[in-house]
Amino acid sequence: MAITRDEIAHLARLSRLALSDEELDTLAPQLDVIIGAVARVAEVAAGDIPPTTHAVPLTNVFRADITRPSLPRTDALAGAPAVEDGRFRVPRILDMDE
Amino acid sequence: MTPSATTAATTPTFDDAVARYEPVIGLETHVELGTASKMFCGCSTVFGADPNTQVCPTCLGLPGSLPVVNEAAVRFAVMIGLALNCSVSPWCRFARKNYFYPDMPKNFQISQYDEPLCENGWLDVEVDGKIHRVGITRVHMEEDTGKSLHVGGATGRIHGATHSLVDYNRAGIPLIEIVTEPDVRSPEVARAYVDELRELCRALTVSDVRMEQGSLRCDANVSLRPRTAPGEPAAPYGTRSETKNLNSLRSVERAVRHEIVRQATRLDAGLRVVQETRHFDEASGTTSTGRSKEEATDYRYFPEPDLTPLALTHEYVDAVRATIPELPAQRRARLAGDYGFTPTDIVNMRNAGVLDLVEETIAAGAAVEAARKWWLNELARRAADAGVTPTGLAIGPFDVARITEMIADGDLTDALARTVIDGVLAGEGTPDEVVAGRGLKLVSDDGALTEAVDAVIAAQPAIADKVRGGKVNAVGPLVGAVMKAMKGQADPGTVRKLLLERLGQ
Repeated sequence: MAITRDEIAHLARLSRLALSDEELDTLAPQLDVIIGAVARVAEVAAGDIPPTTHAVPLTNVFRADITRPSLPRTDALAGAPAVEDGRFRVPRILDMDE
Repeated sequence: MTPSATTAATTPTFDDAVARYEPVIGLETHVELGTASKMFCGCSTVFGADPNTQVCPTCLGLPGSLPVVNEAAVRFAVMIGLALNCSVSPWCRFARKNYFYPDMPKNFQISQYDEPLCENGWLDVEVDGKIHRVGITRVHMEEDTGKSLHVGGATGRIHGATHSLVDYNRAGIPLIEIVTEPDVRSPEVARAYVDELRELCRALTVSDVRMEQGSLRCDANVSLRPRTAPGEPAAPYGTRSETKNLNSLRSVERAVRHEIVRQATRLDAGLRVVQETRHFDEASGTTSTGRSKEEATDYRYFPEPDLTPLALTHEYVDAVRATIPELPAQRRARLAGDYGFTPTDIVNMRNAGVLDLVEETIAAGAAVEAARKWWLNELARRAADAGVTPTGLAIGPFDVARITEMIADGDLTDALARTVIDGVLAGEGTPDEVVAGRGLKLVSDDGALTEAVDAVIAAQPAIADKVRGGKVNAVGPLVGAVMKAMKGQADPGTVRKLLLERLGQ
């Protein structure tokens, strides 16, 4: 097993995904297969191949420190589930028992 | 202070605590860089704009947007790293720090993880004439978060709030995190370190470092370990607490001090110190436990796929190094050597915002002590009265140098110099123009002065006789009378001398 059911339950909790026991039972073996497949890449990568996070060998992609117009506030808030006083309104952050 | 009977038995004093336990302190400082635009997009970074008016698809984390690194932010970060004697990584990446908290709309913050931009430096800090070297573990780049306003609870606290309102203007402003080694051993050194770091960033002009606006804020990691006898190996580090978001130098010192006493109290009682985040309350000067909700260390960092690595060349780093100006410690050494200023003098002038002005006034020809005295006292007060910084006054170093020159030449008294300052501030021109315009030049040796002296002697025969009789100190009222007759435009010393001459003394 490359990844356990408990680890997936933990990741789901961190990702705020409410997975049922049935879903965990289904997903755990599937993810294990996927991770196993990805792991095979590591087998063919010899020591002379550095790990990479990019397909494109670019470095130092910069922009100059110049301001550009921002969104009008109505546009910025247009997709917000709730708005109050020009701000994004979000549910209570801490649970009551904390 | 008389603690109640119950606490007296269990709470050690600070001195008692540090006599038995050695505090081990590490500091994490966040500095918002003073770039014009944000770290990864072109939104303005100006403080105080209406909520959510400096946001765009990138800093709101909208689908399809891509971050692009602000070159000035990288340059500023390298400057800070070099000024802290760090090595600059020839290759490093940004990382995603994943967490669910509404201060970032993306559910992650772009930061750096195992590949910081700069590492392994140090900063020397002076407290009471003793130098403490504080090791710098790393300097890394990240983006600032939005600001939350908690509604429905007591005084804006997150506890008990019904909901929160978020402003993302600050989200995405370039932020540098500077992490020290656990080298600090006292609240005073902790404070002095943050102070020195602030001065350093100010000298580099990479940030406005205004703690009250949050552009520099500090987290303090504090733990205690038993002191061991000299020659014996030190005890292992104890469990630490991390007190977050200290936003004044005073708070840094107070929070560390409080944590030392709090942890010593627990250890004395045989209790463990819990590793946790704590919050400092300014009003009570105490810390309280923070949220332990998130499995806080599980941020699932991974290299940021939307950004390319940074691979800064030697040429780039050397070019940045060449732009580093004189740093605060070098400057203090130079000011002490060239002008004889003490560390206290320098702190006083710095806090009054006149240090640059004093230097420029000396450079413009003023005597060192005169330049210091006039800026630190009279002019700093004028600025405070006018509600401006000393640099914002309508009188500059050249004017002040000229005034001190006129005083030194005996053309102005201190009192007249203040009148000249009035004139310059009122827009009447240069000091020379004010002197001419208001007719302020001292009358020192012409007939008018002699005439006034004789008139005063004639008008006050009783006092004059006393002086003639040898009571030299009785001359005071006569000097005053002559000064009054001359409308202040005479040098009191000259007047006194002349009076005594006329009275045969």
